[in-house]
Order: sequence, then C-alpha cells, then structure tokens
Amino acid sequence: MAHLLEMKDIWIEGYSDEKWRPIINGLNLTLDKGEVLGLIGESGAGKSTFGLASMGYTRGGCRIKSGSIKFDGIELFEAPEETLRKVKGVRIAYVAQSAAASFNPAHRLVKQYAEAPVQHGLMSFEQAEKEAVDIYTRLLLPDPDRIGYRYPHQVSGGQLQRAMVAMAMACKPDLIIFDEPTTALDVTTQIEVLAAIKRIVKQFNTAAIYITHDLAVVAQLSDRIMVLRYGNLVEENNAREMIANPKEEYTRALLNVRTLQEDKDLDKTEHDIILEVENVSASYTGKTLVLEDIDLKIRRGRTVALVGESGSGKSTLARAITGLLPPVKGRVLYDGRELPPALKQRKKDSLRVMQMIYQMPDTALNPRQRVSKIIGRPLQFYYGIHGKENEKRVLGLLDKIELTPKYKDRYPTELSGGEKQRICIARALAAEPDLIICDEVTSALDQLVAEEILKLLRNLQNELHVSYLFITHDLATVKAISDEIVVMLRGKIVEQGRKTDILTPPHHEYTDLLLESVPIMDPDWLDGVLAGRERKAAQGIKVRTTFIDES
Amino acid sequence: MAFFKLLRQSPWSARVGLAMVLINVIAAVFCPIIAPYGETEVVGDVWMPMSGEHLLGTDHLGRDLFTRLLYGARNTIAIAFITTALSFLVGSICGFFAATLKGWVDQLLSRFVDIIMAFPTLIFALMALSVVGTSVVALILVIAILDSTRVYRLSRAVAMDIEVMEYVEAARLRGERIWWLMRQEILPNAMPPLVAEFGLRFCFVFLFIAALSFLGLGIQPPTADWGGMVRENAGAITFGIFIPLWPAGAIAFLTVGVNLIVDWFLHVASGIKD
Repeated sequence: MAHLLEMKDIWIEGYSDEKWRPIINGLNLTLDKGEVLGLIGESGAGKSTFGLASMGYTRGGCRIKSGSIKFDGIELFEAPEETLRKVKGVRIAYVAQSAAASFNPAHRLVKQYAEAPVQHGLMSFEQAEKEAVDIYTRLLLPDPDRIGYRYPHQVSGGQLQRAMVAMAMACKPDLIIFDEPTTALDVTTQIEVLAAIKRIVKQFNTAAIYITHDLAVVAQLSDRIMVLRYGNLVEENNAREMIANPKEEYTRALLNVRTLQEDKDLDKTEHDIILEVENVSASYTGKTLVLEDIDLKIRRGRTVALVGESGSGKSTLARAITGLLPPVKGRVLYDGRELPPALKQRKKDSLRVMQMIYQMPDTALNPRQRVSKIIGRPLQFYYGIHGKENEKRVLGLLDKIELTPKYKDRYPTELSGGEKQRICIARALAAEPDLIICDEVTSALDQLVAEEILKLLRNLQNELHVSYLFITHDLATVKAISDEIVVMLRGKIVEQGRKTDILTPPHHEYTDLLLESVPIMDPDWLDGVLAGRERKAAQGIKVRTTFIDES
Repeated sequence: MAFFKLLRQSPWSARVGLAMVLINVIAAVFCPIIAPYGETEVVGDVWMPMSGEHLLGTDHLGRDLFTRLLYGARNTIAIAFITTALSFLVGSICGFFAATLKGWVDQLLSRFVDIIMAFPTLIFALMALSVVGTSVVALILVIAILDSTRVYRLSRAVAMDIEVMEYVEAARLRGERIWWLMRQEILPNAMPPLVAEFGLRFCFVFLFIAALSFLGLGIQPPTADWGGMVRENAGAITFGIFIPLWPAGAIAFLTVGVNLIVDWFLHVASGIKD
C-alpha cells in the first residue's frame, strides 16, 4: 500500500561561517493517511527543518542536498514551482509556533482563513466564511459565528492558536505540520488546544507531523514517535511502545526528566525566617493593583516555589522584593529588619544578601564582558577583592558550577545556553547571598540541560544552605524541587503551604485546574482529563476551564 | 586581530573607501614633506594652468594649488576631527545620562536639545560666529555644540535599548553607581552605531566647515581650507578655468570615502548574513 508521505535518505545542509554544514543526515520518514507522527528532540536537533522538508521547503540559509520526497506519488524534491504551489497550503498545511507572529494584525481572522482556499480556486469567499464557522465550532472556539470577524489582537493566545489550526484546515489538507503549537502557551490553555487538535485531526482523518520537545505532550496525540538528535535518528517506535519501553539511553533520559526528588526535614528551619513579605500591594500605574495583599515567608535553606500563569504577578513580586518596584502598601523585612522600599535607598549589604538569576541567559550577561569579569565584579564590589585573590576566587566559583578554568576568558557569545545559566548562578553565588531569586531560570533551556541546572541548584543549596524563591510556571519542576509552594492568580495568592500539603487534595479550584493541566507521560492522560470534565458537566457540576475573563 | 579578519572579508567598496580616507590622512599628516611649496607662498602668476612646476596650477593669488590642497586637508580634517570628537564626548555622555537616570534629567536635557535643534543649523552658526568671532576655537565650539544634539539623540536611543537588558538590571540590583553602568555596561554595547555615526558626523562637520568658509565665516584666509578655496577661486569659472573644481572634488572625495567605510561598518554591525 502506498504511503501518503515517503521521505527517503534526506540530507539537508545549512550555510554558516562561509560553509555548508549538515543539519539532517540521511533520514527517512513514512506517513500514512490519518496517522499522527511525533518528531521530538532538543533545540538544534533539526525537527523543524525536517518537518518543513516534507513540503519540499527549507528556511533561508538551508537547502535539501539530496533525497526523495514523495507526497501521494508526487515527487517534491527539486520539483518545479508550479507543482509545489499546488501542494503547499492546499494539500500540506503548516501551523507555526507563534500564532501572533503568523497572523497579519491588520486583517480579520476569517479573511485570513479564506485566503488559501480562495486563492487556490477551491471555493468562493462566502463558502469559505460558512466553512470557517463550522471549523471554529469543531475547535470549540467561543461564539463561532462571530469570532471570525475579530482581529488577531482581540482574541486570547489559546484562541488565536486554534484559529491558526482552523486556517490550516481551510483547504482540507491531507497533511498538517504542527511546529511546537503549544510551547508558548500556559498549561491550562495548552490542554484546550491539544484537545482541539486531537479532535479535528480525527474528524477529518488528516495525517499530521507534530514537532515538539515535550515528550509528554506528543504522547497524547501521536501514533508513532521519532526521536531526533543532532540531525540523526535516535529511536523510532509506536508511541505507547516507546513510552513503556524506551530502547535508547537518550530516550530514557528524555522520559525521566523532573523525576529528581528531595525530601528535607522542614521542622528544623521553621523559625529561621530570612525574608518576610508583609501585606504587600504593588502597582505600575498607581491605579490598578498588580499585586494585592501578598503575605509570604521564606525560611533559611528552603526552596519556595512561586507558581502561576502568565500575568499572575510572580515576576512583579520579585521586583517588589528587590526594590525595583516599590510597593504602594505593606513592607518587606529581611532578618526581621524592614528594608527601604526602593532599591536606591538600600545599603550595599542589604543588596548583597539577595541575588537574582534571570530566565534568558542571552540577555542576562553583558556580551562585551568576559566570564572572569562577570563573576569577579561582585567580589570586587562587595568585598573589595582585586587581583590575584579575585582570580583565585573566580576559579573556585567556576569549579562550584562545574565548569573548567578555561571558561574564565570566554565571552558569553561563546557559551551554550546551559553554560550561560551556570555563569549567572556563579555571579549570584559570588556575593555569598542568603536568598537567590530564580526567575524562570529553566524555562528557556532544553529539558535535559534544565535538569542539570536544577541538580546543580539543589547541590548548592545542600552545601551552602542558601534559600531559593523559585518563580516558575512549570509544575513538573515545582513537584521536583520545591519545599513550599505558593500559587498565584491575577496578583493574589490563592494557596500556599508545604509541598505535600498543597499537592494533596482538597485544593483551591485554581490549584486543581493547574495540577490537572500538567501533561504526564501517559498516552491516555489527555483523554482521561477530557472524559473527567465531560462527566462532571453531565452531572451538572460547573467546570471552570479558565480563570481569565474572556469578553 | 579581529580587525584584519574583518578586512579580508570586506567588499571592494569598503576597501576603496579605506584607500580614499588613507590618501587623505597621509596628505594631512605628511604635507610639510610632500608639498612642493609653502602654504601661503606666492609662487607664480594668477590662475596658471596645470604644468610640471605647478601640478594643479595656481590659485587666485598665484599660490600653488596642489600645496594648498594638501594643507587644506590637514587643516580641515584636523578641525573636523576635533569638533566631531568634542560633539561626541558631550552628546553621548548627556545621552547616556538621560537614558540611565530618566525622569526629570531626561526631560530637562531632551527639551534643551529640542530647543537648540529647532534652529536651522547654518543660521545658528552664522549668528553665533558673528557674535563671538571666527577664531578656530570659536568655530570648533559652535559646531560641536550644534552637532552634539544629534549625537545626544542617537546615544540616548541606543542607550535606552541597552538599558532594559537584564544584565544592566543585574548590575543595578548589585548597587552599581551610574558611572559604572554607563561606562561598563552600556558603552561597550553601544559602540557599533556610535562609531558609524562618528564617521557620518565627521563628513557633515567637514561639509559644514567648508560651507561656512565659503560664506566667509569659517576658517579665515590665508589658512588653507577647501571650502575657502572654492570661494576664493569661484570667479575662475567665468573665464572657463575649472580650478575651483579641485578643492570641491577633494571635499567630495573624502566624504565618499568615509561614507563607504561607514556603510560597510554598519553592515557588519547589523549582523545581516550575506
């Protein structure tokens, strides 16, 4: 039986530094009608490049050197422009990662939906409009009759992503390539979009290639999974088989992320409070409060995880604590003493004991300073250590973050993401703080690299008894490393307490939703959650799937 | 070392530009050695044609044009360079201050700059120079102040872009003072656009001085200066003698050369891959 898509021996190269370098090394792929294939791997593995090549398309600076791409019997490799035009968008569609960047902000959604079918002469605009309503309904978008007439900025992130899926379905393609469609979304929105994708792919019997780095997500939708690394195939198997019995070491490592656990004796440090946030409210404009009545205590040597979705106020709380955003009400106490609300008023020593590590290692390090200067400056600034002593301490810190001395003369541009984040940690450690505020420090890193960073942070905590205020939206990380959990929603604390207390029911409604929305490494998880919601709805129990006002 | 690698990868236009500027710099530096006659020495008849004795002929007083051209390079380039350097010093320090301190400092400086920029530059310069006189110091100061406003705008914009980066916030949180922030965090990252702007400003200053000299308020005779030379010899055109085209051409030559280099520099700094 002929496959829908057959890619044989594909070699793709990319142009950088005046040379063509291999990105994909002789990969094969087969896909049948209605089958969903998951392509997973870390960044740089080549998943997007390979996925796009199924259309015969490569991004700027790349080219398909050799191989055969047969789509429904049509050869796409080095095919003439006319052949490709009939296939792209019509029979093979593409859903990008960022919906906001893929929509033209100046046109209504339905107009962009209708663009492809009308251009290819498949139907008139009026027909396309009618079909749009049908597809929006299938995707469970609110108000499907009228949502098409909105502009992209008038709908939420999750709705926009589903609108993009609808746009891809406009010509009823045989194959859709999903390129990390839910990576940029919050967990509660992600689950809606995943459910929508699963439904529509089944209803129209569309084949799909689902590209992501998240194994738990891909397990929900795919029939088969291919694991890529550095442009090579690591493992390929039926989805359930792979999750149950991973063959390769690398696959096993991907499956085991966030399984590190740590149970501390918390009673010992119960009364050793180093930071206290007392009834703090903050605002950017002076009118609307972005933080309301926050009460928080951080004890020595503990990790307090601050969880919430985007816009909940987690990063704002960090800014209020450090003095970048002086609170309009309430106070921040360090070691029992009240800290001046604004950064400028604080003494050097008060600044030294609280350090911060950021999410994006690329912008957190000055690209024009060498590692030795970046790490050495806090030593100079706080302790007045210069010259040879400074060098010695810098090497000591490099050792603590598990990097060799040769790193001290490098510039940040010569380091990988994980290495840069380690330098940020060393910079914070150089001041010998009591509290380190980690603002989404692993969110921008690959799973395995993030795992290493979390292990390093845990080891440092055990050795130095430093406390962490760990801000994150990733519940899996929270489950792995926190001692206490604080859940935030729209500027208020919804629930807080020890990890064991928070993670066992009964929960606040929002915590319940959050915990339920985290994908687990089980192919039936998504169906289970959706079935559970349907059951509750049938029993008349109101199920809140979102806490954001959608007007 | 990085510069030589850059040079090897440069397009031909950049190399041509580099050569053009180099010729001018050599002329400016070595003119006492290269020039056949003295800067203000009258050596022949008025407006003599090109010959073996006078490579480019003589000017309206009988001075050797080639010599005047060489000395003009020295005078104009030196003054233009000092003026540009001064305007950059003042403009970028104020711009960085405004971007880093924000608030009323930013408002005060920006509005002050707006007021100065509201005047047409030539009128402003003519007015100022008529009042304070046309000494070299006055010329440099007036033009530097006028140009520093443009530099202020650019450096403020560039600094504002850098100032929101997390590594600047990290330095702030450490408790670093403003001078450290400006010098260590912002300046090294602001260099590419500022260096490019330096080249462009240099050309504008150059042309401005030439224009002022042409109008009689710039570099005063008998000091050689290209703009002044165009003015002095302008009458020759009526006799069909194209002598003023030499200094005018020299001005164009230098400007084009600097622009070619600046174009290449901006291209490299933008990081666009060919």
